[in-house]
Amino acid sequence: MEIKLQLNGRAVRVPDVDPDTTLYDFLRAQGCASVKCGCETSNCGLCTVFLDDVPVLSCSMLAARAAGHKVTTLEGLQAEAEEFVGFIADQGADQCGFCNPGFVMNTIALLRENPDPTDEEIKAYLSGNLCRCSGYEGQLRGIRRFLDSRNSRKEVPHA
Amino acid sequence: MPEKTTKYVGKAVRKKDSLQLLLGKPVYTSDVAPKGALVVQLLRSPHANAIVKTIDTTIARKVPGVVDIYTWQDVPNQRYTNAGQTYPEPSPYDRLILDRHLRFVGDPVAIIAAENEKAAHKAKKLIKVEYEVLDAVLDFRTAKDNPTLVHPEEDWLPLCDVGGDNHRNLVASGEEKDGDVEDVLAGCDIVLDHTYHTRAVNQAMMETFRTYTDLDRYGRLHVLSSTQIVFHCRRILSRALGIPKSRIRVEKPRIGGGFGAKQTSVSEVYPAFVTMKTGRPAMIVYTREESQIAGSPRHEMEVRVRLGADKDGRIRALDLYTLSNSGAYGEHGPTTVGLSGHKSIPLYTGSLEAFRFRYDVVYTNLQAAGAYRGYGATQGIFAVESIVNELAEKLHIDPTELRDRNMVRQGMTMPAYYNEPANACALDRCMARCREIFDWEHRYPVRDMGNGKVRAAGVAMAMQGSGISGVDVGSATIKLSEDGTYNLVIGAADMGTGCDTILAQMAADCLDCPVEDVAVFSADTDVSPYDSGSYASSTTYVTGKAVEKACTELIDHICTIGAELLGCDAAGVTFEGDCVRAADGRTASLTDIAYKAQVSNNCAAEVTATHSSPISPPPFMVGMAEIELDKLTGEVRVLEYDAVVDCGTPVNPALARVQTEGGIAQGIGMTLTENVTYNAAGKPIESSFMQYKVPTRLDVGHLHVEFESSYEPTGPFGAKSIGEIVINTPAPAIAHAIMRATGVWHRELPITPEVIAMGEPDQA
Ligand code: FES
Ligand code: FES
Repeated sequence: MEIKLQLNGRAVRVPDVDPDTTLYDFLRAQGCASVKCGCETSNCGLCTVFLDDVPVLSCSMLAARAAGHKVTTLEGLQAEAEEFVGFIADQGADQCGFCNPGFVMNTIALLRENPDPTDEEIKAYLSGNLCRCSGYEGQLRGIRRFLDSRNSRKEVPHA
Repeated sequence: MPEKTTKYVGKAVRKKDSLQLLLGKPVYTSDVAPKGALVVQLLRSPHANAIVKTIDTTIARKVPGVVDIYTWQDVPNQRYTNAGQTYPEPSPYDRLILDRHLRFVGDPVAIIAAENEKAAHKAKKLIKVEYEVLDAVLDFRTAKDNPTLVHPEEDWLPLCDVGGDNHRNLVASGEEKDGDVEDVLAGCDIVLDHTYHTRAVNQAMMETFRTYTDLDRYGRLHVLSSTQIVFHCRRILSRALGIPKSRIRVEKPRIGGGFGAKQTSVSEVYPAFVTMKTGRPAMIVYTREESQIAGSPRHEMEVRVRLGADKDGRIRALDLYTLSNSGAYGEHGPTTVGLSGHKSIPLYTGSLEAFRFRYDVVYTNLQAAGAYRGYGATQGIFAVESIVNELAEKLHIDPTELRDRNMVRQGMTMPAYYNEPANACALDRCMARCREIFDWEHRYPVRDMGNGKVRAAGVAMAMQGSGISGVDVGSATIKLSEDGTYNLVIGAADMGTGCDTILAQMAADCLDCPVEDVAVFSADTDVSPYDSGSYASSTTYVTGKAVEKACTELIDHICTIGAELLGCDAAGVTFEGDCVRAADGRTASLTDIAYKAQVSNNCAAEVTATHSSPISPPPFMVGMAEIELDKLTGEVRVLEYDAVVDCGTPVNPALARVQTEGGIAQGIGMTLTENVTYNAAGKPIESSFMQYKVPTRLDVGHLHVEFESSYEPTGPFGAKSIGEIVINTPAPAIAHAIMRATGVWHRELPITPEVIAMGEPDQA
């Protein structure tokens, strides 16, 4: 089947997609290497992408379902990600990095939905994003530092 | 103390690959492997013990897109081991690429090479196999001398004498002791005797096993793999495939987690075999299920401990017997078991009068085990730290005080640790500090919250090693570039741990240059100097020292070239980071020296240095857990986990902290949720992340980590290691807290809500 969709702001048309192709496989084939697979069973969050700006698990969704929609991967969100990933790096919480794209995607979704979350809200929102390396605490510290620095900039506009 | 002043060592420098990783750049095996490779898949055995009677691939081969299918008849018949260890490997040579005899559910029966995944899948279903199903050894307690042999073959080949015997299902066995343990036990006021059981938990690194292979421009086998051990991998492939090492190149890109799993060449041989057969690029990517059922998990162990003590809490004797389950193949079997004693008993060097440590490692018809962070120490420490907590309860002594009375201290010699010295040991300070930050006094007493929930706390200590003493070799090449910057080339493998960065920090301090000026490359057997690889907590301590040596030697070379430029004697110049200065004050800049090195020069502006250590200085650690337990449902929530670690000098405190937090989280998973069970036929149940529950961020509570530094005189900048020790304290500390909350000692992991809710107090 042919699939047409908008990928990272660009119109994409792919003929001859097998109907059972997952969105994950489709996106990797389109060169979106940031999209990772950790489990194939909707349990790890590594394959998170946005479908019409809503996070979805691309391993468990058919590419056909994305036809006609807007799909965004980390490749398309570099600037928004750059705003805060340095704070994660400062904690050393990037570690092996394999979970990072899914984690960064979902953090972007969280901050769009709730620009000033509490620690509990952060943990709850990101609970579907597994990380085997970091123990999560460093990721949380990184997000917290980012929010603190952003909030303090807001409070002192002339600083 | 010979502590140097440092600009980068001891600082939280960002990892060199941070932004690449965080922004999702293509840096892993699957991202950088060229497209168009043959898809390699494996048909796996449905039986725990069976012989392939007949195998027919005719119909499967007809599937459009299938290129070839290989069976046991097609592979070399030279046995080898997948274990990434220094030659001669203690692990027996007991594998073939494909064997007619299948030894666990998941053992490969056939290799399928196809143009695409669908064709490979389809072909897999169409291969006709007739199995002769044999009785299987599924309980490791009955394996030794069982009439059913896992490896009856005559060409089973042990390279080292580790007490193995394939006709007894024994991978290894042994005994060590100091003093007369029975004698001391007989004179003790109290003797405890308990057995502790840990399962074959999975590393569950987020990137499953995967390898890409092709023939390079010289027609050599080129292997791009997610591995911790490029050099061992080359040797393993050379033997398995029967081709010379000079015809193989192994490199690793970034690794999506390893934790020891990738210290075994789990996936490399299959695409390599396909490439050698077809001449075409080939790639295998393990599914999560394959990683769970045919990877290289922790050795299941049962550790029986007899502990003898005086009424006043002096621990006088420890007697350990470890039974380790190596599964169907012997990878890392003979060595992991050693750590169950070597890294647990010495914690009590302070008071021990005698110890004995005996062990058997057995074959069973279950998934072969391998190396997982902690490498046997985790299992042994769960047992020993648990029984010490049991002693504290029996004697009504505070368990932290009990440890104060018995623990190893700086300056002691550790008889149970090859008589190595505790040159640097801050375990006592770790305990004192952890008590303080955790607020042990107030949290240790059990608190009923009045809503059916109870809060309680537990404690444990741990140690590990820093490399394998007298074995591990680390090397570093450091080169000066024309603009005065450096390239550091190593064979160690950064798997997210940050070793590329910490080694650059060391180099920058040695060479007195900005850390940004040290570019790091690893690891490629064609390019990197020899390194055993990243395992056994060796990289900081062993390879770090090699970096230090290489830098010192390079400075000599720079001085020689600089002196020539300045027209003076090399002995008269000093290295000042960005220049070399003559006695009369004249200087030659590093840039000029680097250019001089390229013109009419006989002194290399690069150096390779190698290091090995006769000792393996242990890092030490104390962990304390606070839990809340629901008495009705048995649910346990970890509220707080505090840990204080002595890793010598923390080279990069941010990375050391995250290593610790990550290890604690894995330890929490192993203790509470990560289960490994089999059905009656030996088929693993927890084969996906739906059933195998690694902790989420809601499951680990608040983690708080601090460091109590010591200075290890034999380590680079006083460093020891951090990578493995951090997984060792959660199991005993949490089991302790659960006992405090329920009155029941759980001596088997994981301690699930069901187990807690059904738990009966001990009669003893
Ligand atoms: S790969 Fe999609 S959730 Fe794990
Ligand atoms: S950083 Fe390795 S899994 Fe998260």
